[in-house]
Amino acid sequence: MSRADLDPAQEGTGGTAQESAGRTARTTQESTEQRIPLARRGSLLLNELRTTLRRWRTLALLGVLAAVPVLVGIAVRIETGDGGSAGGGTGEGPAFISQITNNGLFLVFTALAATLPFFLPMAVGVIAGDAIAGEAGAGTLRYLLVAPAGRTRLLLTKYATTMAFCLLATLVVAVSALTVGALLFPLGELTTISGTRISFTEGLGRALLIALVVAASLTGVAALGLFVSTLTNSGIAAMATTVGLLITVQILDQIPQLDAIHPYLFSHHWLSFADLMREPVYWDDLVKNLGLQALYAAVFGSAAWARFTTKDITT
Amino acid sequence: MTDTSAAEREPGPGDGAIVTRGLTKRYRGGQLAVDGLDLTVPAGSVFGFLGPNGSGKTTTIRMLMGLIEPTSGTARVLGRPMPRATLAVLPQVGALIEGPALYGFLSGRDNLLRYDAADPIADPRTRRARVAAALDRVGLTAAAGKKAKAYSLGMKQRLGLAAALLQPRRLLVLDEPTNGLDPQGMREIRSLIRELASDGTTVFLSSHLLDEIEQVCTHAAVMAQGRLVTQGAVADLAAGTRGRLVVTTPDPADAARVLKEQGAADVVVTEDRVTAEPPERDLAEVNAALVTAGVRVRGFGVERASLEEAFVALTGEGFDVAG
Repeated sequence: MSRADLDPAQEGTGGTAQESAGRTARTTQESTEQRIPLARRGSLLLNELRTTLRRWRTLALLGVLAAVPVLVGIAVRIETGDGGSAGGGTGEGPAFISQITNNGLFLVFTALAATLPFFLPMAVGVIAGDAIAGEAGAGTLRYLLVAPAGRTRLLLTKYATTMAFCLLATLVVAVSALTVGALLFPLGELTTISGTRISFTEGLGRALLIALVVAASLTGVAALGLFVSTLTNSGIAAMATTVGLLITVQILDQIPQLDAIHPYLFSHHWLSFADLMREPVYWDDLVKNLGLQALYAAVFGSAAWARFTTKDITT
Repeated sequence: MTDTSAAEREPGPGDGAIVTRGLTKRYRGGQLAVDGLDLTVPAGSVFGFLGPNGSGKTTTIRMLMGLIEPTSGTARVLGRPMPRATLAVLPQVGALIEGPALYGFLSGRDNLLRYDAADPIADPRTRRARVAAALDRVGLTAAAGKKAKAYSLGMKQRLGLAAALLQPRRLLVLDEPTNGLDPQGMREIRSLIRELASDGTTVFLSSHLLDEIEQVCTHAAVMAQGRLVTQGAVADLAAGTRGRLVVTTPDPADAARVLKEQGAADVVVTEDRVTAEPPERDLAEVNAALVTAGVRVRGFGVERASLEEAFVALTGEGFDVAG
């Protein structure tokens, strides 16, 4: 857990009464906290990861994500059974789709490009939206807090778990795509967007790097979902709101008249991960994307913290 | 049972396990849920917390547990201010609030493992053993591997209690702990509460079963419409409305006359029963006087007012929901 979790002010829920008593409590509380070994603080995170993976909902989401590359792979295979190339090589369909028949590794890039605009962030929105609101709705939140989990610690645990899910979901898509690509198409050296040839091993390395960047691209949605999750006691409402915001942002990003706000939409630079397939790598948009995600994480993470640490838990 | 070092650090008013002063909660809608509560729960007591639905009991318990921020006033639990000291106080407190809340897709055992993992003080090395002991204590060992969604209400209640017993506690806050249990289960839970209390744990028990409070509690408080109506030792509360002398007789008119002569006040005749406030003299003499006067006495005795009668007298509304 991070330094912030040791912040004794975390339970200082804006109370004005008994300032001096509060100050004494802070010091004693801090000393209590510092005696706790790190291993014990991590118990909740491990348990949270395990609990999240044991929900059928999580498994269903991962199943859907794993199915996408299978569908794309089979579709391309059927479409190109006569020896032609998918998308007619004119750039129709998701990025890299026309290259899949030459090299199965491109199915990884295609699958990530196909799932990043909607499937991946939707799955993250479901997990993040449910994080606090779902516990509140089920009443388990009050028992976690009187355990006492600590509000800041619980929120950080939930965010860390959501981030772990982002990574896992992305890897599920990538691994599924790599497997299907290897089964249905040839593997080998590949050509970058810039036209240079790189070895299959380096291609695999790029694929892993791209998966990490795609996972990091979901940080903003995760923070937004977590903030929404602190606003309501209904997990379903929080999930629906988060997914609704995702769709809204995706639509706004398509309207040319609104290009003034486009650079601030969390999805605007998402497809910049393709720049990792250039030689040399073109970093500008990648850095903009990661910076924007960090900004969203900071803004909505703080908002979620401010809301959750002062909220009356009445469920 | 008070931790002296904690008491030195934080000298609180009295040495109560729970002490509130002027504790008030006004919800955003303007509704005054709890109004200037001055509650003192003596350390080591089994404290019954009574009140009709909507009287503010739950809001009070949530403020004590740091779940709700008071609008004004203070609450100290185990000598420390809440909600500021939640992380220091709550590991020593076991709580069952408004019924159990469980993860239906997890087994009973995994539910407890999760709640224990949430406690940063809990030692992960002893976690499995403590969970097993808690399950055993509430009689759930056989059903520990079953998914919680398959549990009956009574089993869920037991699992909620087990969560409160994962660690040795100085204070147990139990909101309606026997809710949903069969009579046998209720007896088990009551004897469990007595056992814990005899170990020195302070038990703060909310219930609407008045005979339950009367059976297990040493102290009680009654709330109505957000205010504290009364608090004190259970014996005193029930005695607050003094027992009445009851004479059963086929000669009620004569009996009433003799009782008045013997100094009894507030004599009431209903068919063959004559009740009165007992006079300040040996009741054996009163009985002798009745017999001497030729009154045929079938029954003679003092009926203690039950806590229920005291409760109704105090809240004036029985268990109707406060408007």
